[in-house]
Amino acid sequence: MEVKKPNGSGNGSKGSNEWRVKVGLAEMLKGGVIMDVTNAEQAKIAENAGACAVMALERVPSDIRKEGGVARMASIKVIREIMATVTIPVMAKVRIGHFAEAEVLQALEVDFIDESEVLTPADEENHIWKHDYRVPFVCGARNLGEALRRIAEGAAMIRTKGEAGSGNVVEAVRHMRTIVSQMKKLTTMRDDELMHEAKELGAPLDLVRQIAKTGKLPVPNFSAGGIATPADAALVRRLGAEAVFVGSGIFKSSDPEARAKAVVKSTTHFEDAKAVLEAHEELGEAMRGLDVRQLEEKDMLSTRGW
Amino acid sequence: MKIGILAVQGDFEAHATMLEQLGAQTAEVRTPADLEGCDGLILPGGESTTQLKFLQEEGLADKIVKFAERGGAIFGTCAGAILLASDVRHPEQDSLHLMDMTVVRNAYGRQIASDVVSGPTVLKKEPLEMVFIRGPVIERAGPGVKVLAEYAGKPALVQRENIMAATFHPELTDDTTVHEHFLSLAKARAKQPTNGGKSSS
Repeated sequence: MEVKKPNGSGNGSKGSNEWRVKVGLAEMLKGGVIMDVTNAEQAKIAENAGACAVMALERVPSDIRKEGGVARMASIKVIREIMATVTIPVMAKVRIGHFAEAEVLQALEVDFIDESEVLTPADEENHIWKHDYRVPFVCGARNLGEALRRIAEGAAMIRTKGEAGSGNVVEAVRHMRTIVSQMKKLTTMRDDELMHEAKELGAPLDLVRQIAKTGKLPVPNFSAGGIATPADAALVRRLGAEAVFVGSGIFKSSDPEARAKAVVKSTTHFEDAKAVLEAHEELGEAMRGLDVRQLEEKDMLSTRGW
Repeated sequence: MKIGILAVQGDFEAHATMLEQLGAQTAEVRTPADLEGCDGLILPGGESTTQLKFLQEEGLADKIVKFAERGGAIFGTCAGAILLASDVRHPEQDSLHLMDMTVVRNAYGRQIASDVVSGPTVLKKEPLEMVFIRGPVIERAGPGVKVLAEYAGKPALVQRENIMAATFHPELTDDTTVHEHFLSLAKARAKQPTNGGKSSS
Protein backbone atom coordinates (compact mmCIF):
# COMPACT_ATOMS: atom_id res chain seq x y z
CA MET A 1 0.00 0.00 0.00
CA GLU A 2 2.77 2.39 -0.92
CA VAL A 3 1.38 5.74 -1.98
CA LYS A 4 3.13 7.77 -4.60
CA LYS A 5 4.74 10.78 -3.06
CA PRO A 6 6.41 12.96 -5.65
CA ASN A 7 9.54 13.64 -3.65
CA GLY A 8 10.25 9.97 -3.29
CA SER A 9 9.41 9.12 -6.86
CA GLY A 10 12.89 9.98 -8.10
CA ASN A 11 11.63 10.28 -11.62
CA GLY A 12 13.14 13.66 -12.28
CA SER A 13 9.85 15.37 -13.03
CA LYS A 14 10.12 19.10 -13.06
CA GLY A 15 7.93 20.81 -10.52
CA SER A 16 6.99 18.23 -7.95
CA ASN A 17 3.62 19.83 -7.22
CA GLU A 18 2.66 19.34 -10.84
CA TRP A 19 3.66 15.68 -10.65
CA ARG A 20 1.63 15.24 -7.47
CA VAL A 21 -1.63 16.47 -8.97
CA LYS A 22 -1.05 14.36 -12.08
CA VAL A 23 -0.51 11.13 -10.14
CA GLY A 24 -3.20 12.35 -7.72
CA LEU A 25 -5.87 12.24 -10.42
CA ALA A 26 -4.74 8.73 -11.37
CA GLU A 27 -5.12 7.77 -7.67
CA MET A 28 -8.71 9.09 -7.74
CA LEU A 29 -9.59 6.71 -10.58
CA LYS A 30 -8.50 3.58 -8.72
CA GLY A 31 -11.06 0.84 -8.32
CA GLY A 32 -13.08 2.23 -11.21
CA VAL A 33 -13.82 1.57 -14.87
CA ILE A 34 -12.77 3.90 -17.69
CA MET A 35 -14.91 3.37 -20.78
CA ASP A 36 -14.19 4.09 -24.46
CA VAL A 37 -16.90 6.28 -25.99
CA THR A 38 -17.27 7.76 -29.45
CA ASN A 39 -20.03 10.30 -28.81
CA ALA A 40 -21.84 12.23 -26.07
CA GLU A 41 -24.72 9.75 -25.91
CA GLN A 42 -22.38 6.86 -25.14
CA ALA A 43 -20.55 9.04 -22.62
CA LYS A 44 -23.81 9.64 -20.77
CA ILE A 45 -24.58 5.90 -20.73
CA ALA A 46 -21.09 5.26 -19.33
CA GLU A 47 -21.48 7.92 -16.62
CA ASN A 48 -24.92 6.62 -15.64
CA ALA A 49 -23.52 3.12 -15.37
CA GLY A 50 -20.90 4.33 -12.87
CA ALA A 51 -17.79 4.77 -15.04
CA CYS A 52 -15.16 6.85 -13.19
CA ALA A 53 -13.96 8.42 -16.48
CA VAL A 54 -14.53 8.16 -20.22
CA MET A 55 -12.04 7.89 -23.07
CA ALA A 56 -13.06 9.86 -26.16
CA LEU A 57 -12.03 8.37 -29.48
CA GLU A 58 -13.12 8.42 -33.08
CA ARG A 59 -13.71 4.69 -33.50
CA VAL A 60 -13.53 1.91 -30.91
CA PRO A 61 -10.51 -0.38 -31.41
CA SER A 62 -12.51 -3.25 -32.94
CA ASP A 63 -13.75 -0.90 -35.69
CA ILE A 64 -10.25 0.49 -36.24
CA ARG A 65 -9.12 -3.10 -36.66
CA LYS A 66 -11.92 -3.87 -39.12
CA GLU A 67 -11.89 -0.68 -41.16
CA GLY A 68 -8.16 -0.05 -41.21
CA GLY A 69 -6.79 3.30 -42.39
CA VAL A 70 -4.96 5.81 -40.22
CA ALA A 71 -6.43 6.18 -36.74
CA ARG A 72 -5.89 9.68 -35.30
CA MET A 73 -6.92 11.83 -32.34
CA ALA A 74 -10.74 12.13 -32.18
CA SER A 75 -12.61 15.07 -33.66
CA ILE A 76 -12.44 18.14 -31.44
CA LYS A 77 -16.16 18.74 -31.86
CA VAL A 78 -16.97 15.29 -30.50
CA ILE A 79 -14.54 15.61 -27.57
CA ARG A 80 -16.06 19.01 -26.72
CA GLU A 81 -19.57 17.56 -26.78
CA ILE A 82 -18.49 14.73 -24.48
CA MET A 83 -16.80 17.20 -22.11
CA ALA A 84 -19.99 19.27 -22.00
CA THR A 85 -22.18 16.21 -21.35
CA VAL A 86 -20.51 14.41 -18.43
CA THR A 87 -19.03 15.62 -15.13
CA ILE A 88 -16.57 12.72 -14.75
CA PRO A 89 -13.02 13.16 -16.15
CA VAL A 90 -12.69 13.01 -19.93
CA MET A 91 -9.61 11.36 -21.44
CA ALA A 92 -8.62 11.34 -25.09
CA LYS A 93 -6.06 9.46 -27.15
CA VAL A 94 -3.12 10.77 -29.16
CA ARG A 95 -0.87 8.88 -31.52
CA ILE A 96 2.45 7.64 -30.10
CA GLY A 97 5.00 10.44 -30.46
CA HIS A 98 2.48 12.97 -31.78
CA PHE A 99 3.25 15.83 -29.40
CA ALA A 100 1.32 18.34 -31.50
CA GLU A 101 -1.90 16.34 -31.03
CA ALA A 102 -1.09 16.26 -27.30
CA GLU A 103 -0.67 20.04 -27.24
CA VAL A 104 -4.06 20.41 -28.92
CA LEU A 105 -5.72 18.18 -26.32
CA GLN A 106 -4.03 20.09 -23.49
CA ALA A 107 -5.28 23.37 -24.97
CA LEU A 108 -8.74 21.79 -25.11
CA GLU A 109 -8.30 20.96 -21.39
CA VAL A 110 -9.08 17.27 -21.48
CA ASP A 111 -8.37 15.74 -18.05
CA PHE A 112 -6.03 12.92 -19.14
CA ILE A 113 -4.18 12.06 -22.37
CA ASP A 114 -3.62 8.48 -23.51
CA GLU A 115 -0.56 8.13 -25.73
CA SER A 116 -1.98 5.04 -27.33
CA GLU A 117 -0.87 2.16 -29.52
CA VAL A 118 -4.52 1.84 -30.61
CA LEU A 119 -3.99 4.84 -32.89
CA THR A 120 -1.52 4.71 -35.77
CA PRO A 121 1.91 5.70 -34.40
CA ALA A 122 3.27 9.06 -35.56
CA ASP A 123 6.84 8.29 -34.47
CA GLU A 124 8.38 4.84 -34.49
CA GLU A 125 11.27 5.77 -32.19
CA ASN A 126 10.25 8.50 -29.80
CA HIS A 127 7.38 8.74 -27.39
CA ILE A 128 6.17 12.13 -26.17
CA TRP A 129 8.23 13.80 -23.43
CA LYS A 130 5.30 13.91 -21.04
CA HIS A 131 6.97 15.98 -18.30
CA ASP A 132 6.39 19.02 -20.49
CA TYR A 133 2.63 18.91 -19.95
CA ARG A 134 0.37 19.95 -17.12
CA VAL A 135 -2.24 17.41 -18.18
CA PRO A 136 -1.40 13.88 -16.96
CA PHE A 137 -0.67 11.05 -19.41
CA VAL A 138 -1.40 7.33 -19.37
CA CYS A 139 0.65 4.94 -21.53
CA GLY A 140 0.41 1.26 -22.35
CA ALA A 141 3.05 -1.32 -21.45
CA ARG A 142 3.62 -5.03 -22.08
CA ASN A 143 6.39 -5.47 -19.54
CA LEU A 144 8.19 -3.69 -16.73
CA GLY A 145 10.91 -2.17 -18.90
CA GLU A 146 8.33 -0.53 -21.15
CA ALA A 147 6.33 0.70 -18.13
CA LEU A 148 9.44 2.28 -16.56
CA ARG A 149 10.52 3.95 -19.80
CA ARG A 150 7.08 5.57 -20.04
CA ILE A 151 7.16 6.64 -16.38
CA ALA A 152 10.63 8.13 -16.90
CA GLU A 153 9.15 10.15 -19.78
CA GLY A 154 6.46 11.43 -17.42
CA ALA A 155 3.48 9.03 -17.61
CA ALA A 156 1.38 9.41 -14.45
CA MET A 157 -0.45 6.13 -15.01
CA ILE A 158 0.42 2.82 -16.69
CA ARG A 159 -2.04 0.41 -18.24
CA THR A 160 -1.35 -2.97 -19.76
CA LYS A 161 -1.66 -2.81 -23.52
CA GLY A 162 -3.50 -6.10 -23.86
CA GLU A 163 -4.74 -6.53 -27.42
CA ALA A 164 -7.27 -3.74 -27.96
CA GLY A 165 -10.41 -4.49 -29.93
CA SER A 166 -9.89 -8.26 -29.73
CA GLY A 167 -12.44 -8.99 -27.00
CA ASN A 168 -9.81 -11.46 -25.82
CA VAL A 169 -8.29 -10.94 -22.39
CA VAL A 170 -5.27 -13.19 -22.94
CA GLU A 171 -2.79 -10.41 -23.78
CA ALA A 172 -3.91 -8.20 -20.88
CA VAL A 173 -3.35 -11.19 -18.58
CA ARG A 174 0.05 -11.87 -20.10
CA HIS A 175 1.13 -8.24 -19.69
CA MET A 176 -0.13 -7.87 -16.12
CA ARG A 177 1.46 -11.14 -15.02
CA THR A 178 4.73 -10.15 -16.71
CA ILE A 179 4.88 -6.73 -15.04
CA VAL A 180 3.97 -8.10 -11.60
CA SER A 181 6.45 -10.98 -11.75
CA GLN A 182 9.25 -8.74 -13.03
CA MET A 183 8.63 -6.40 -10.08
CA LYS A 184 8.61 -9.33 -7.67
CA LYS A 185 11.94 -10.48 -9.06
CA LEU A 186 13.47 -7.05 -8.44
CA THR A 187 12.50 -7.20 -4.76
CA THR A 188 14.57 -10.37 -4.35
CA MET A 189 17.73 -8.99 -5.95
CA ARG A 190 20.87 -7.68 -4.29
CA ASP A 191 21.90 -4.06 -4.87
CA ASP A 192 24.84 -5.19 -7.00
CA GLU A 193 22.51 -7.11 -9.34
CA LEU A 194 20.20 -4.19 -10.10
CA MET A 195 22.44 -2.44 -12.63
CA HIS A 196 22.51 -5.52 -14.83
CA GLU A 197 18.77 -5.95 -14.43
CA ALA A 198 18.21 -2.30 -15.37
CA LYS A 199 20.26 -2.91 -18.51
CA GLU A 200 18.24 -6.04 -19.32
CA LEU A 201 14.95 -4.21 -18.80
CA GLY A 202 16.13 -1.12 -20.66
CA ALA A 203 14.90 0.94 -17.74
CA PRO A 204 16.40 3.79 -15.70
CA LEU A 205 18.37 2.55 -12.69
CA ASP A 206 16.73 4.91 -10.19
CA LEU A 207 13.26 3.55 -11.00
CA VAL A 208 14.56 -0.05 -10.91
CA ARG A 209 16.06 0.57 -7.47
CA GLN A 210 12.85 2.14 -6.27
CA ILE A 211 10.77 -0.88 -7.33
CA ALA A 212 13.31 -3.24 -5.75
CA LYS A 213 12.40 -1.46 -2.50
CA THR A 214 8.61 -1.05 -2.85
CA GLY A 215 7.59 -3.90 -5.17
CA LYS A 216 5.16 -1.51 -6.85
CA LEU A 217 5.11 0.93 -9.74
CA PRO A 218 5.47 4.55 -8.58
CA VAL A 219 2.22 5.37 -10.43
CA PRO A 220 -1.14 3.56 -10.55
CA ASN A 221 -1.14 0.37 -12.61
CA PHE A 222 -4.35 -0.25 -14.57
CA SER A 223 -5.37 -2.87 -17.11
CA ALA A 224 -6.65 -2.52 -20.67
CA GLY A 225 -6.99 -4.40 -23.95
CA GLY A 226 -9.53 -7.17 -24.49
CA ILE A 227 -11.63 -6.92 -21.33
CA ALA A 228 -15.18 -7.86 -22.45
CA THR A 229 -17.03 -9.38 -19.48
CA PRO A 230 -17.48 -8.74 -15.73
CA ALA A 231 -15.38 -11.83 -15.00
CA ASP A 232 -12.61 -10.49 -17.29
CA ALA A 233 -12.55 -7.32 -15.17
CA ALA A 234 -12.44 -9.34 -11.94
CA LEU A 235 -9.62 -11.47 -13.38
CA VAL A 236 -7.29 -8.58 -14.18
CA ARG A 237 -8.09 -6.92 -10.84
CA ARG A 238 -7.15 -10.15 -9.06
CA LEU A 239 -3.87 -10.20 -10.98
CA GLY A 240 -2.96 -6.73 -9.73
CA ALA A 241 -4.76 -4.14 -11.88
CA GLU A 242 -5.89 -1.19 -9.75
CA ALA A 243 -8.63 -0.24 -12.23
CA VAL A 244 -9.73 -1.26 -15.72
CA PHE A 245 -10.21 0.30 -19.13
CA VAL A 246 -12.96 -1.21 -21.27
CA GLY A 247 -12.93 -0.34 -24.93
CA SER A 248 -14.94 -2.17 -27.56
CA GLY A 249 -16.28 -4.59 -24.93
CA ILE A 250 -19.13 -2.31 -23.88
CA PHE A 251 -20.48 -0.64 -26.98
CA LYS A 252 -19.83 -3.62 -29.28
CA SER A 253 -21.90 -5.91 -27.06
CA SER A 254 -25.63 -6.57 -27.51
CA ASP A 255 -26.49 -4.70 -24.28
CA PRO A 256 -24.16 -1.73 -23.60
CA GLU A 257 -26.08 -0.25 -20.64
CA ALA A 258 -26.43 -3.48 -18.70
CA ARG A 259 -22.89 -4.56 -19.54
CA ALA A 260 -21.37 -1.22 -18.51
CA LYS A 261 -23.10 -1.50 -15.13
CA ALA A 262 -22.11 -5.12 -14.71
CA VAL A 263 -18.43 -4.43 -15.43
CA VAL A 264 -18.42 -1.56 -12.90
CA LYS A 265 -19.95 -3.83 -10.27
CA SER A 266 -17.49 -6.66 -10.76
CA THR A 267 -14.52 -4.27 -10.88
CA THR A 268 -15.36 -3.00 -7.39
CA HIS A 269 -16.35 -6.39 -5.93
CA PHE A 270 -13.59 -8.27 -7.75
CA GLU A 271 -12.87 -10.48 -4.75
CA ASP A 272 -16.49 -11.44 -4.18
CA ALA A 273 -17.52 -14.23 -6.57
CA LYS A 274 -21.21 -13.82 -5.66
CA ALA A 275 -21.14 -10.19 -6.76
CA VAL A 276 -19.38 -11.11 -10.01
CA LEU A 277 -22.04 -13.80 -10.53
CA GLU A 278 -24.78 -11.21 -10.00
CA ALA A 279 -23.03 -8.97 -12.50
CA HIS A 280 -23.20 -11.76 -15.07
CA GLU A 281 -26.92 -12.49 -14.53
CA GLU A 282 -29.17 -11.25 -17.31
CA LEU A 283 -26.33 -10.17 -19.56
CA GLY A 284 -26.75 -10.74 -23.28
CA GLU A 285 -24.04 -11.68 -25.70
CA ALA A 286 -20.55 -10.31 -25.27
CA MET A 287 -18.74 -8.92 -28.30
CA ARG A 288 -17.44 -11.53 -30.67
CA GLY A 289 -13.78 -12.00 -29.85
CA LEU A 290 -10.67 -12.76 -31.88
CA ASP A 291 -8.15 -15.52 -31.33
CA VAL A 292 -4.97 -13.43 -31.08
CA ARG A 293 -2.88 -16.41 -32.21
CA GLN A 294 -4.57 -16.07 -35.60
CA LEU A 295 -3.52 -12.42 -35.86
CA GLU A 296 -0.52 -11.61 -37.97
CA GLU A 297 2.27 -9.47 -36.54
CA LYS A 298 1.13 -6.49 -38.64
CA ASP A 299 -2.37 -6.72 -37.13
CA MET A 300 -1.17 -6.68 -33.51
CA LEU A 301 -1.71 -3.28 -31.89
CA SER A 302 0.27 -4.11 -28.74
CA THR A 303 3.58 -4.30 -30.61
CA ARG A 304 3.35 -0.61 -31.50
CA GLY A 305 5.63 1.51 -29.31
CA TRP A 306 8.53 -0.08 -27.40
CA MET B 1 -9.72 1.74 17.20
CA LYS B 2 -10.87 0.71 13.73
CA ILE B 3 -11.46 3.09 10.82
CA GLY B 4 -13.44 1.92 7.82
CA ILE B 5 -12.54 3.36 4.42
CA LEU B 6 -15.11 3.33 1.65
CA ALA B 7 -13.31 1.32 -1.05
CA VAL B 8 -15.83 1.53 -3.86
CA GLN B 9 -13.67 3.72 -6.06
CA GLY B 10 -11.06 6.42 -5.44
CA ASP B 11 -7.90 6.99 -3.39
CA PHE B 12 -8.83 4.73 -0.47
CA GLU B 13 -5.31 3.27 -0.31
CA ALA B 14 -3.75 6.68 0.32
CA HIS B 15 -6.02 7.15 3.36
CA ALA B 16 -5.20 3.65 4.63
CA THR B 17 -1.47 4.32 4.37
CA MET B 18 -1.75 7.53 6.38
CA LEU B 19 -4.06 6.07 9.06
CA GLU B 20 -1.86 3.02 9.53
CA GLN B 21 1.13 5.31 9.88
CA LEU B 22 -0.78 6.93 12.76
CA GLY B 23 -1.37 3.55 14.38
CA ALA B 24 -5.04 3.08 13.47
CA GLN B 25 -6.46 -0.21 12.24
CA THR B 26 -8.20 0.15 8.86
CA ALA B 27 -10.82 -1.87 6.99
CA GLU B 28 -12.00 -1.52 3.39
CA VAL B 29 -15.76 -0.95 3.26
CA ARG B 30 -17.67 -2.24 0.22
CA THR B 31 -20.81 -3.69 1.82
CA PRO B 32 -22.99 -2.73 4.82
CA ALA B 33 -21.49 -5.65 6.78
CA ASP B 34 -17.97 -4.18 6.38
CA LEU B 35 -19.03 -1.18 8.49
CA GLU B 36 -19.63 -3.33 11.59
CA GLY B 37 -17.22 -2.59 14.40
CA CYS B 38 -15.84 0.62 12.87
CA ASP B 39 -15.39 3.70 15.08
CA GLY B 40 -14.84 5.99 12.14
CA LEU B 41 -15.43 6.04 8.40
CA ILE B 42 -13.51 7.77 5.62
CA LEU B 43 -15.23 8.74 2.37
CA PRO B 44 -12.20 9.17 0.08
CA GLY B 45 -11.64 11.19 -3.07
CA GLY B 46 -12.72 9.80 -6.42
CA GLU B 47 -15.76 10.40 -8.55
CA SER B 48 -18.79 11.35 -6.46
CA THR B 49 -21.27 10.27 -9.17
CA THR B 50 -19.72 6.78 -9.29
CA GLN B 51 -19.53 6.49 -5.50
CA LEU B 52 -23.08 7.76 -4.93
CA LYS B 53 -24.58 5.20 -7.32
CA PHE B 54 -22.79 2.48 -5.46
CA LEU B 55 -23.84 3.67 -2.02
CA GLN B 56 -27.46 3.75 -3.11
CA GLU B 57 -27.45 0.40 -4.89
CA GLU B 58 -25.62 -1.49 -2.17
CA GLY B 59 -27.79 -0.12 0.62
CA LEU B 60 -24.72 1.56 2.09
CA ALA B 61 -26.17 5.10 1.99
CA ASP B 62 -28.78 4.42 4.72
CA LYS B 63 -26.27 2.48 6.76
CA ILE B 64 -23.77 5.39 6.69
CA VAL B 65 -26.45 7.88 7.75
CA LYS B 66 -27.36 5.59 10.69
CA PHE B 67 -23.66 5.22 11.54
CA ALA B 68 -23.43 9.02 11.77
CA GLU B 69 -26.61 9.28 13.85
CA ARG B 70 -25.18 6.81 16.35
CA GLY B 71 -22.17 9.09 16.75
CA GLY B 72 -19.72 7.42 14.36
CA ALA B 73 -17.02 9.78 13.13
CA ILE B 74 -17.04 10.41 9.36
CA PHE B 75 -14.47 12.27 7.25
CA GLY B 76 -15.10 12.99 3.57
CA THR B 77 -12.36 14.32 1.26
CA CYS B 78 -13.19 15.95 -2.09
CA ALA B 79 -15.76 13.52 -3.58
CA GLY B 80 -16.44 12.43 0.01
CA ALA B 81 -17.21 16.03 0.99
CA ILE B 82 -19.66 16.22 -1.92
CA LEU B 83 -21.38 13.07 -0.65
CA LEU B 84 -21.73 14.60 2.84
CA ALA B 85 -23.12 17.98 1.74
CA SER B 86 -26.79 18.85 2.20
CA ASP B 87 -26.83 20.79 -1.07
CA VAL B 88 -24.80 19.87 -4.19
CA ARG B 89 -24.62 22.09 -7.29
CA HIS B 90 -23.00 22.20 -10.74
CA PRO B 91 -24.87 20.04 -11.45
CA GLU B 92 -27.36 19.23 -8.71
CA GLN B 93 -26.83 15.80 -7.28
CA ASP B 94 -28.29 13.68 -4.49
CA SER B 95 -26.17 13.12 -1.36
CA LEU B 96 -26.16 11.80 2.21
CA HIS B 97 -27.17 15.22 3.70
CA LEU B 98 -24.93 14.82 6.74
CA MET B 99 -23.36 18.31 6.72
CA ASP B 100 -25.31 21.54 6.36
CA MET B 101 -23.38 23.13 3.49
CA THR B 102 -23.62 24.01 -0.18
CA VAL B 103 -20.93 22.47 -2.37
CA VAL B 104 -20.17 23.36 -6.00
CA ARG B 105 -18.57 20.48 -7.93
CA ASN B 106 -15.48 20.96 -10.14
CA ALA B 107 -15.58 24.60 -9.11
CA TYR B 108 -11.99 25.40 -10.14
CA GLY B 109 -12.38 23.88 -13.60
CA ARG B 110 -10.90 20.77 -15.17
CA GLN B 111 -7.73 18.83 -14.26
CA ILE B 112 -5.47 21.52 -15.69
CA ALA B 113 -6.59 23.77 -12.81
CA SER B 114 -5.64 21.19 -10.16
CA ASP B 115 -2.86 22.46 -7.89
CA VAL B 116 -1.02 22.26 -4.59
CA VAL B 117 -1.59 25.38 -2.44
CA SER B 118 -1.69 26.26 1.24
CA GLY B 119 -4.14 28.00 3.55
CA PRO B 120 -4.62 28.99 7.19
CA THR B 121 -5.94 26.45 9.69
CA VAL B 122 -6.95 26.46 13.36
CA LEU B 123 -5.35 23.01 13.78
CA LYS B 124 -1.76 24.32 13.77
CA LYS B 125 0.27 27.52 13.55
CA GLU B 126 1.72 26.99 10.09
CA PRO B 127 -0.46 27.06 6.97
CA LEU B 128 -1.84 23.72 5.84
CA GLU B 129 -0.67 22.24 2.54
CA MET B 130 -3.68 21.47 0.34
CA VAL B 131 -3.74 19.26 -2.77
CA PHE B 132 -6.74 20.17 -4.92
CA ILE B 133 -7.66 17.73 -7.70
CA ARG B 134 -10.70 18.74 -9.71
CA GLY B 135 -11.86 20.02 -6.35
CA PRO B 136 -15.22 21.34 -5.21
CA VAL B 137 -15.81 24.63 -3.37
CA ILE B 138 -17.86 25.05 -0.19
CA GLU B 139 -20.03 28.03 -1.12
CA ARG B 140 -21.98 28.10 2.13
CA ALA B 141 -21.35 26.54 5.53
CA GLY B 142 -24.50 26.35 7.67
CA PRO B 143 -24.89 27.43 11.30
CA GLY B 144 -23.03 25.12 13.68
CA VAL B 145 -20.47 24.18 11.02
CA LYS B 146 -16.94 25.06 12.21
CA VAL B 147 -14.41 26.15 9.62
CA LEU B 148 -11.07 24.49 10.45
CA ALA B 149 -9.15 25.67 7.38
CA GLU B 150 -9.65 28.05 4.50
CA TYR B 151 -8.30 28.60 1.04
CA ALA B 152 -8.83 31.82 -0.94
CA GLY B 153 -11.42 33.00 1.55
CA LYS B 154 -13.60 29.88 1.27
CA PRO B 155 -13.96 27.08 3.82
CA ALA B 156 -11.77 24.13 2.77
CA LEU B 157 -11.96 21.97 5.93
CA VAL B 158 -15.12 21.98 8.04
CA GLN B 159 -16.47 20.08 11.02
CA ARG B 160 -19.81 19.67 12.70
CA GLU B 161 -19.72 17.46 15.77
CA ASN B 162 -18.61 14.01 14.57
CA ILE B 163 -18.55 14.84 10.84
CA MET B 164 -15.62 16.40 8.92
CA ALA B 165 -15.29 17.38 5.27
CA ALA B 166 -12.33 18.65 3.20
CA THR B 167 -12.40 19.92 -0.37
CA PHE B 168 -8.71 18.98 -0.71
CA HIS B 169 -6.66 15.79 -0.16
CA PRO B 170 -4.70 15.72 3.12
CA GLU B 171 -4.06 12.02 2.38
CA LEU B 172 -1.83 13.00 -0.56
CA THR B 173 0.58 15.01 1.62
CA ASP B 174 3.11 14.06 4.30
CA ASP B 175 1.27 16.19 6.87
CA THR B 176 -0.83 14.06 9.24
CA THR B 177 -2.48 16.99 11.10
CA VAL B 178 -5.96 16.58 9.59
CA HIS B 179 -6.06 12.80 10.02
CA GLU B 180 -4.86 13.13 13.61
CA HIS B 181 -7.75 15.49 14.28
CA PHE B 182 -10.17 12.99 12.70
CA LEU B 183 -8.76 10.15 14.81
CA SER B 184 -9.38 12.23 17.95
CA LEU B 185 -13.08 12.38 16.96
CA ALA B 186 -13.18 8.64 16.34
CA LYS B 187 -11.40 7.99 19.63
CA ALA B 188 -13.97 10.01 21.54
CA ARG B 189 -16.62 7.74 20.08
CA ALA B 190 -14.67 4.55 20.78
CA LYS B 191 -14.63 5.52 24.49
CA GLN B 192 -18.40 5.98 24.71
CA PRO B 193 -19.97 3.13 26.69
CA THR B 194 -23.05 3.07 24.39
CA ASN B 195 -20.89 2.52 21.34
CA GLY B 196 -23.03 0.54 18.89
CA GLY B 197 -20.13 -0.41 16.65
CA LYS B 198 -17.94 -1.74 19.47
CA SER B 199 -20.63 -3.76 21.18
CA SER B 200 -21.38 -5.65 18.00
CA SER B 201 -17.82 -6.84 17.60
